[in-house]
Amino acid sequence: MSGSPSSFVLPRYPPEDADQRTPVAFPGYRSTGLRAPLRTPVDLPHRLTEITGPVLGEDRVAPGDADLTLRAGGEAQGQRIVVFGRVLDSGGRPVPHALLEIWQANAAGRYRHVVDNWPAPLDPHFDGLGRVVTDSLGRYEFTTVKPGAYPWGNHHNAWRPAHIHFSLFGTAFTQRLVTQMYFPGDPLFGQDPIFNAIPPAARDRAIATFDLSRTQPDWALAYAWDVVLRGTDQTPFETDEDGDVA
Amino acid sequence: MTTHDSDLVRDADETNDRRPGTPRRGTGFLDGPLTLRTTPSATVGPFLAIGLTWPDGPFAVAEGTPGAVWLRGRVLDGNGDVVPDAMVETWQADPDGRFAHPDDPRGAATTEGFRGVGRSDTRHGEYAICTLKPGPVPDGEGGWQAPHVDVSVFARGLLDRVVTRVYFADEAQANAADPVLTGLSTEQRATLVAQPTEDGYRLDVHLQGDSETVFFAV
Ligand SMILES: [Fe+2]
Repeated sequence: MSGSPSSFVLPRYPPEDADQRTPVAFPGYRSTGLRAPLRTPVDLPHRLTEITGPVLGEDRVAPGDADLTLRAGGEAQGQRIVVFGRVLDSGGRPVPHALLEIWQANAAGRYRHVVDNWPAPLDPHFDGLGRVVTDSLGRYEFTTVKPGAYPWGNHHNAWRPAHIHFSLFGTAFTQRLVTQMYFPGDPLFGQDPIFNAIPPAARDRAIATFDLSRTQPDWALAYAWDVVLRGTDQTPFETDEDGDVA
Repeated sequence: MTTHDSDLVRDADETNDRRPGTPRRGTGFLDGPLTLRTTPSATVGPFLAIGLTWPDGPFAVAEGTPGAVWLRGRVLDGNGDVVPDAMVETWQADPDGRFAHPDDPRGAATTEGFRGVGRSDTRHGEYAICTLKPGPVPDGEGGWQAPHVDVSVFARGLLDRVVTRVYFADEAQANAADPVLTGLSTEQRATLVAQPTEDGYRLDVHLQGDSETVFFAV
């Protein structure tokens, strides 16, 4: 190290309220029992390492990554859909040039993964992987097939509602988010502990909206879903030209 | 300029042309700034390898780079069993304590060929990240943080990531003055300090148990 370090004021990323955040553990989701930490996490003030983060963008995306129906050497089976929206921070600012990584089951609810062996067909033309980067206004869009629901061993006759997995870095370590997007009106919500682990006040934000205006005639249905990452502190009081609190 | 279809979204000009004191629809400007609620997290589930595998994921720096070390460890559950379907992501400064990031007030800079980020799943029983040991990082208040790596752990059975840090056992003097470590008990500190190995450092992540790793709320 050289010289003495300086003092500086860094952006802060206030945490979302606890009653709006998914807890790490949820009793109905059995696998959390031996995995979710039991001790209270220690507060980590945001310093340089937390307010920075990997700058990932086009270099992580290959041509064709935004169309999951054509990635795997042919046309995927299933209901073709466009999923689109914006990535914003909690101050309403778009997050431009940000990487989204997505993965999902095929139209029959089967993942192309060695530990997924339930008797639904694999689709040779669907690998379930997509990557896109937001544009300068934070917008993203990809084409895929609507994933099917699938059973799992959490409880008797447990089924996951149809969902698409999303992973985003944003622009800071504090913004890192991995989540799942659901489809409106899914009858499986009520019995799914992963969905119900989301606090009631936040559940709507995990569900996409059907958008007739963005469907493509004779081609694809459309779902809108905005992703909101943590934002930085804003000035608590704003002043007008005269310096008065507005 | 088209209007976005979602009412969560402000028009672009509204976002970019916000002047102090200008009341905005829905901001409740006397009560505070506009805020959108964040999207709730969810588990990565068991199939994360489909979406989150990068061929170069474990390499924050190319193998063979002078100073490259392997940071390895197991992720263990409450029974002490190895978690084979977790993913560990690392983010850290370079050996000069710098970040290639625009919000670093010292300016964005980093060692040539160093990426800062590493990603490794645990399918072979442990995570393994090839990286450079970070340098000390200013704490923003005139002091230093000991060399450290910020770590996110994702897995089936974790509905959100859990966050921890890796420090280095051969930095005893810096560790003794680190503002995060000094706030912890001796026992807690030990869960964050990687031990030197033949080709780098090793630190297990204990999700639960007597030696549960210290996890951080960020
Ligand atoms: Fe899934």
